Amino acid sequence: MADYPEDYKYTKEHEWISVDGNEGTIGITDHAQAELGDVVYIELPAVGDQLQAGQPFGTIESVKAVSELYAPVSGEVTAIHEELIDQLELFNEDPHGAAWMVRVRMADSSEIEALMSSGDYVSFLESAEGGH
Amino acid sequence: MSDDPKRTPLNQWHRDHGAKMVDFGGWDMPIQFEGILAEHKAVRQRAGLFDVSHMGEVRIRGDDALAFIQHLTTNDAGGLELGQAQYTLMTNHAGGVIDDLLVYRLAETDYLLVINAATTPKDVAWIEEQAEDFGGLLEVRDESDEWAQLALQGPDAETILSRIVALDLASIGYYRAAFTDIDGVQALVSRTGYTGEDGFEVYLPPSQAADFADTILDAGANEGVVPVGLGARDTLRLEAGMLLYGNDMDESRSPVEANLRWLTKPGKGEFIGKDAIVAQIEAGTAERLVGFELIDRGVPRHGYELYGADEQAIGEVTSGSFSPTLQKGIGLGYVPAEHTEVGGLLKVDIRGRKLEVRVVKTPFYRRPQPS
Repeated sequence: MADYPEDYKYTKEHEWISVDGNEGTIGITDHAQAELGDVVYIELPAVGDQLQAGQPFGTIESVKAVSELYAPVSGEVTAIHEELIDQLELFNEDPHGAAWMVRVRMADSSEIEALMSSGDYVSFLESAEGGH
Repeated sequence: MSDDPKRTPLNQWHRDHGAKMVDFGGWDMPIQFEGILAEHKAVRQRAGLFDVSHMGEVRIRGDDALAFIQHLTTNDAGGLELGQAQYTLMTNHAGGVIDDLLVYRLAETDYLLVINAATTPKDVAWIEEQAEDFGGLLEVRDESDEWAQLALQGPDAETILSRIVALDLASIGYYRAAFTDIDGVQALVSRTGYTGEDGFEVYLPPSQAADFADTILDAGANEGVVPVGLGARDTLRLEAGMLLYGNDMDESRSPVEANLRWLTKPGKGEFIGKDAIVAQIEAGTAERLVGFELIDRGVPRHGYELYGADEQAIGEVTSGSFSPTLQKGIGLGYVPAEHTEVGGLLKVDIRGRKLEVRVVKTPFYRRPQPS
């Protein structure tokens, strides 16, 4: 099992969020990148867009599949990782670090409480895989 | 399908080499090992090893074998020399494509048909039924379980394979094959493939397959030969403009619509589907298969809708992918004849966004010719 940072929070749709004050940085998990394989295309929102917790905010596409990106929390997009679009291999090389996608100013910090801890996420992955 | 997926003799070998497995037409097959892009690149630049043991094999022997194959298939097998292979089609009476296949002439009156995995049961039933109606001195035998098949593809394939087989591979031309001895058993080595690169397909007994796969990886260690899954097999064949049965053609499409008219030889005499095909050649068809590339960033996929420049829905993507070599989206689809002109602009609906595509000649990729 890959290393899932303990100070991040995780969603069932396999995004992570790292929180600093009222700002959150969002990416996809190591599990998500391993399932997708080589990423070839992403579609991200623009700075100023409003994200809704649980709603799609973009898409990520690999050679073999396309999948939606879901917002872990609600809030306004304050930064987009533009350089990522030309360095998509970062998703596969450093999903929990260099491959961050967007930053948001969180509208409701209590939404964070509803997300999974790294331990919960690892258990979730194990139970999901066990169920297949 | 409730049946357990079928397994090739390399099933455990794939797992031991880190494959991610998927169900493919009822077979438990590797979709990827290291990753589709890395495997794709290895085949384009060095060499890659594929397990294609799921393909079906049908042996046709007897004094009337050739006459029957001429009746059964659209291409002209009459001129095949010993050891020569031919790409051909089986069509139904309406001219619809039952399968695409290879025909090998192994000996004077001895032929091997290599058919797609998912269509093997259907094909075998069709061939046996036609053979019964045809009569004559003929034996049809489904040998699908008796052959494993490995493909070694890429610019270094010949160098690597030369180290482990006793044949002079340089003397085997494109679409030629020869028997050789591998660990005491007969194997058929053929210069054919489904990647657009030079390379070989090796037919051998299932019991030898895993050892031979290991031998190839060892022999090509310096060249960096890697195992390749079905994911890269699909991106490689699509770049090379090769059709996938079940996606790009099926029984509702004729060779003329599929741009495979070059595989039909009405001049050879009678064959199943000939009248329908000749009528289509003469009158043309309402739709034809085209290749296209995305102008914007985006990846077309099987089933996405195609539109004309005037936003009228005109067809569907039958195969689509990101092209690792060209670094853009490419695809195939059937559209009305008036939209097939090379250079013309169409649109593809990618999850609600209509992106522009340009009709292009296929293959999308052609390998550099040795100087």
